Amino acid sequence: MHEWALAESVIKTAVEHSKAQKLKKLKETGVLFGELQAIDKEIFVFALEELRAQFPAAKACKFKVSTEPAAFRCKACSHEFPLKGLKKTKDESEFIHFVPEMAHTFLKCPKCKSPDFEIARGRGVSISYIKGEK
Amino acid sequence: MTAIDPRPSVIAERLSGVKRIIAVTGWKGGIGKSVTATTLALLLARQGHKVGLFDLDFAGASDHLILGAKGIFPKEEKGLEPPVYEGVKFMSVVFFSENKAVPLRGANVSDAIIELLAITQWGELDFLVLDMPPGINDAALDVMRFARKAEVLAVTTPSLLAHDVLARSMDLYKKLKVPVLGVLENMADKAGPRKLRRDPALEKALGRPEKLLGTAFAKDLARAAARLGLKPRRA
Repeated sequence: MHEWALAESVIKTAVEHSKAQKLKKLKETGVLFGELQAIDKEIFVFALEELRAQFPAAKACKFKVSTEPAAFRCKACSHEFPLKGLKKTKDESEFIHFVPEMAHTFLKCPKCKSPDFEIARGRGVSISYIKGEK
Repeated sequence: MTAIDPRPSVIAERLSGVKRIIAVTGWKGGIGKSVTATTLALLLARQGHKVGLFDLDFAGASDHLILGAKGIFPKEEKGLEPPVYEGVKFMSVVFFSENKAVPLRGANVSDAIIELLAITQWGELDFLVLDMPPGINDAALDVMRFARKAEVLAVTTPSLLAHDVLARSMDLYKKLKVPVLGVLENMADKAGPRKLRRDPALEKALGRPEKLLGTAFAKDLARAAARLGLKPRRA
């Protein structure tokens, strides 16, 4: 469960951000999962619950997880394409799960076959918002 | 609000058990950075130190070939635990690329490095040796940004070109206040305190750690490392 390491980064960042913003209470954090990395939500949420004990400031924080579809833009031919329909083996999916940039090794533009594309959206884990009481 | 990247927040934590970080650099390609970094990691491990080796040259990853590492993969445990090979905890992009090309632009390299720094659980180490890619690029700048305690060990060759590029790199490290541990001259014709002799036996010893450590190159490196005071400090 390498999700644990990313969950730790989310809860730590939320707590640090709420301190920097001088929030009295950290109430809600929006977590965005990029479709490309295919994070296991169940494991991630389980890790967050376990980590609450280490981060008392996040004790009552709600983590709202949503998924952002992946979108790619080819640098060679400017074609824009989604993840759906791109062929990858189970192992290749696993490698992209660990390091999303491996998409450039295993995926290619469906139109011109170039691996030189931009991951425009939906790469990995990010925080979309943090709410709290001032 | 703009999306926040949570990963950098845990990088210092992931490196907190590492006493010293040695970034083996040299801005020219093909001057022996990878062989130096890998051999140094093996030498320090043989001396009984806890050692990690992180191949950051994503485009030209080759430390696994120098080690002869096959059939190993990180273990998933609250992140990724690097496999131990010949006494060295080893991390490389080759674990995830199936030995295929990794065609990454600068921003992608940066993202991949941040990802690996955020999820790799190095644990307690006396030394973490970083095999840096040639040039001053995203990898080099990210390491200076995230691995604040990194010390540079620069590699050069007797070539005028390598020396000139080295001088420029030293100037930049000084401006960036990055400590420079020392400069090693690789492919030297004669032995010297900080010279690593050109050794015809080296090529055949690649992939065989025992043979590698028996080469004149490794013996010179062991002497140079001792002179540079490569002993663990407190974390």
